[in-house]
Amino acid sequence: MADTGVAARIHGGLHLDEHKQESNATAIRTLGLPTRLVLPMHQHIGEPAEPLVRVGETVLKGQMIARASDYVSAPVHAPTSGRVTAIGEYPVPHPSGLHDLCIVLEPDGEDRWDTLPPGFPDWRSTDPAEMRERIRWAGIVGLGGAAFPTAVKVNTSGQRRIETLIINAAECEPYITCDDRLMREQAADIVDGIAILRHVLGAERCLIGIEDNKPEAAEALRAALGATVDAATDVVEVPTLYPSGGERQLIMLLTGREVPSHGLPAAVGVVCQNVATAAAVADAVLRGRPLIDRIVTVTGRGVVQPGNFRVRFGTPAPFVIDAAGGRSTDYHRLILGGPMMGFSLHDHQVPVTKASNCLLAPAADELPPSPTERPCIRCGECARVCPAQLLPQQLYWQARAQDFDKVQDYHLFDCIECGCCAYVCPAHIPLVHYYRFAKTAIWAHERDRDKSDLARRRHEARQARLERLEAERKARLRQKKEALEQQPSAAGKDPKRAAIEAAMQRVAAKKAAQLDAGQAPNDE
Amino acid sequence: MNALDVNSSSPHLSGPHSVTRVMGLVLVALLPGTLAMQWYFGWGVIINITLAVSSAVLAEAAVLALRGRPVSHTLIDLSAVVTGWLLALALPPLLPWWQTVLGSTFAIVVAKQLYGGIGFNPFNPAMAGYVLLLVSFPVTMTRWLPPDVISGAAPTLTESLHMIFSGMPPDGQTWDAISRATPLDLMRTELAQNRMISEIRASPLWGDYGGRGWEWVGNWFLLGGLFIIWRRVISWRIPVAMLGSLLLVAGLFWAIDPETHPFPAFHLFSGGAILGAFFIATDPVSAATTPRGQLVYGALVGVFVFVIRSWGGYPDAVAFSVLLMNMAAPTIDYYTQPRIFGQRGRDDA
Amino acid sequence: MITAIFTIAGLATLFGLLLGYSAIRFRVEGDPIADQIDALLPQTQCGQCGFAGCRPYAEAIAGGGAEINRCPPGGESTMIALAELLGRDPVPLEDEAAAEKPKSVAFIVEEECIGCTLCIQACPVDAIVGAAKQMHTVIADECTGCELCLPPCPVECIHMHPIEVTPQTWRWPHPPTPGREVVNG
Ligand code: SF4
Ligand code: SF4
Repeated sequence: MADTGVAARIHGGLHLDEHKQESNATAIRTLGLPTRLVLPMHQHIGEPAEPLVRVGETVLKGQMIARASDYVSAPVHAPTSGRVTAIGEYPVPHPSGLHDLCIVLEPDGEDRWDTLPPGFPDWRSTDPAEMRERIRWAGIVGLGGAAFPTAVKVNTSGQRRIETLIINAAECEPYITCDDRLMREQAADIVDGIAILRHVLGAERCLIGIEDNKPEAAEALRAALGATVDAATDVVEVPTLYPSGGERQLIMLLTGREVPSHGLPAAVGVVCQNVATAAAVADAVLRGRPLIDRIVTVTGRGVVQPGNFRVRFGTPAPFVIDAAGGRSTDYHRLILGGPMMGFSLHDHQVPVTKASNCLLAPAADELPPSPTERPCIRCGECARVCPAQLLPQQLYWQARAQDFDKVQDYHLFDCIECGCCAYVCPAHIPLVHYYRFAKTAIWAHERDRDKSDLARRRHEARQARLERLEAERKARLRQKKEALEQQPSAAGKDPKRAAIEAAMQRVAAKKAAQLDAGQAPNDE
Repeated sequence: MNALDVNSSSPHLSGPHSVTRVMGLVLVALLPGTLAMQWYFGWGVIINITLAVSSAVLAEAAVLALRGRPVSHTLIDLSAVVTGWLLALALPPLLPWWQTVLGSTFAIVVAKQLYGGIGFNPFNPAMAGYVLLLVSFPVTMTRWLPPDVISGAAPTLTESLHMIFSGMPPDGQTWDAISRATPLDLMRTELAQNRMISEIRASPLWGDYGGRGWEWVGNWFLLGGLFIIWRRVISWRIPVAMLGSLLLVAGLFWAIDPETHPFPAFHLFSGGAILGAFFIATDPVSAATTPRGQLVYGALVGVFVFVIRSWGGYPDAVAFSVLLMNMAAPTIDYYTQPRIFGQRGRDDA
Repeated sequence: MITAIFTIAGLATLFGLLLGYSAIRFRVEGDPIADQIDALLPQTQCGQCGFAGCRPYAEAIAGGGAEINRCPPGGESTMIALAELLGRDPVPLEDEAAAEKPKSVAFIVEEECIGCTLCIQACPVDAIVGAAKQMHTVIADECTGCELCLPPCPVECIHMHPIEVTPQTWRWPHPPTPGREVVNG
């Protein structure tokens, strides 16, 4: 365990007030059962899961109640035993405030486990593909907040060989401490998960990137590593600088390698996973347990006793807040995620999902609304702090003008929405809002285009079919007519010959028709 | 539950910066140089500033009201104050009052608000106002005062007020007796008469390394400039590139022929070069914004300053050079876009 | 005199060659213009432009036989995109086209459907499935919302349902532009 230093620096970034000590002083508390759990089918990036249960069915804890509907998708498991009381649209944690398909589960209070698949005690000699399948079955997604299905991320076949597994323990956003607490309390699980992930990826080494404001957590990890014989895993403390926990930023910091824009970390031989994800992998592989809960930080002056909680998915946010001592008189609004990248919840009744790392209830003066916007003075502050080295100001002008081609020329899709630019902007322009507006508008245009391409293809196929049918109809008419015309003349001929000729003609026509049908677009 | 706009996007935190703070810091940084000018050239400096700033603010308020924009909200960004102040610093201390007002109003109404107000003006408003005055009133605009170290005493407050508001020299005196060309102007006219630098250096207007008095004004502006670089209001790139390229080109020509080209420091410390480099060329709205672009932009301003001073029709050239480069700024920005993170895809594994 | 003529002639030849070369070297291998126009049209195939579908309308525009403002489903943005492509001036949408409707899909009330197949014949993209005397249904993903199936239905059992926004298709709104909404602040 040689002490590895930071390999490179990142561009820009911010020193922010951490606000971590509010919630990281107390141990993780495990939350009880609420009266109902609302489980969204779309808690991850990719296609939503497909319900496998019906209303009225009883399910056991850990039973898969919705399956992955596609390669990039993740199943959902019952966080406790109980009865499915509804499947329908409920408010979900999303910036739109819209409703989405959810399974509602009424716990029976017994918390009875389903029969779980056996663990892989000898995972070191197990085929990685088998363990990927287990990770996929367990519904594990990136628990850092992005919620990308882990099984997909660790499937690097066909790509460059992975040399380095990077574990993201930076937790750079203010207020959030769930990973900090998890590392202090469950370092051994994390270390197991890391070893398994390394085996699955075939990575030679692992670097754990952690900001230097979490010395206890780093110490706990080092101790856990020391207890194993893992010499290829190092804990690297990186300077506290937001957003060092951005995936590309952390890879740069730890390895000095720059993930190509439009590329994946695998392109530089790296795969990056969050610490909590590693712990979940250990649970799934060693104990056969699916992902049914996570650690959530509840903080802000709006709650009485900020802290970290182990919360089952589907638990309504108010239940979690009550556990944190309830609302204080400063309770004012609720943000899912941190102050830099989280979003305001429209409905406080939304459930905790796989992506919910933090419930932040700031007092009114804790995160005051941004002062009124002014015109951009082109001061360039935004470009100075942008960790993606973009020109936020240019992105802003193009997004505002809705020039969606230009905004992509300025690399809109390399923006990680970290919010540094908007934070420093002296004109207080909601820059990130403009980028999100432009991104979602571009996606909508792409969907429209795909849809119109599909419509064009179908229309052309139909057109071709109608023409073919028409041609066939005409051909048949002509044949009949010809046959009628031929009859008088044929009468004079040898009747036997005429019969043979007619039969030959029929066969020829049939053949022609078959040929025609074979070539026609296959649209019927 | 609350009236907050929940659709507003992250970040939910905003930093301590604001346009008002940026402009306020610029004003603070202008103070030492301004006081030095007042010291050397008398009350005219302060009177000009008062006139230019108040007419700039009034003009801004009037236009905003006419355009139906929030007046007080915009005025507190202090940008009109900065524009008026910078313009006043470029004007001769005894310029007739109405010319100052005209220049300042033009700067705000035409060069700034007609383009859409702060953030949208392609040209530096103060310099646009200055050039308008220079072209329209060449006589009064080149009628500078000698620094008091030469004349013995700068005009008093009442004298200054009288001259500025009446547009007349005090009774019994002529303009020629009171005013003097700027060192740069002197250099030009003398050189045009084929004098040698060594002869011109004998003039009382010449100080240790720049124009007498001017060199100290320049030093104080330099201090202010360093202050705003330190406070990160501006980046070092434009001033360094501009002064560097000016020094370089001037040094080159001086090395070739020191009798027809003044010592490079003279270029820096005799006119508006320092003020221009730190406070005018760096006006973020009209300058280049990409890091490399700022270097290119600053360097070209410096070159143009030398070219126009040496061979152009006007004694000083900061205003023209800045306006010229303002036109080129968007193009410079376009061609100097920084490499984004991930574009190199450095593959060193 | 002679030299002048030769110089000019020489230059002319040189530039001519250069132009000719660059025309070949840098030729844009573009789709025929009708294809490019077609690519911009929304492919609703509704015929509201007065043509039998998007393709015929595209051909008519390419041939100069139609204005660029006749596509109601495409709306303003399509018109502007067409204007840009063709280098024409934007024209305001025709009256009936001006009112942009929310995007919708057809929905067949299955209890009322009598299985007459008339709507199937009307659908330009074969988005309705069903057979004679059996109730029909619309494949929502394929429906372009052209409304061509509404008139033939003898029992009026087809309704247009606006497409609902889901969290996946939701778009961040354009941020409010300051200075526009605050007057005399
Ligand atoms: S920080 Fe704000 S004001 Fe400055 S250039 Fe960027 S967007 Fe414009
Ligand atoms: S939000 Fe995007 S543009 Fe702004 S600083 Fe972060 S990466 Fe750069």
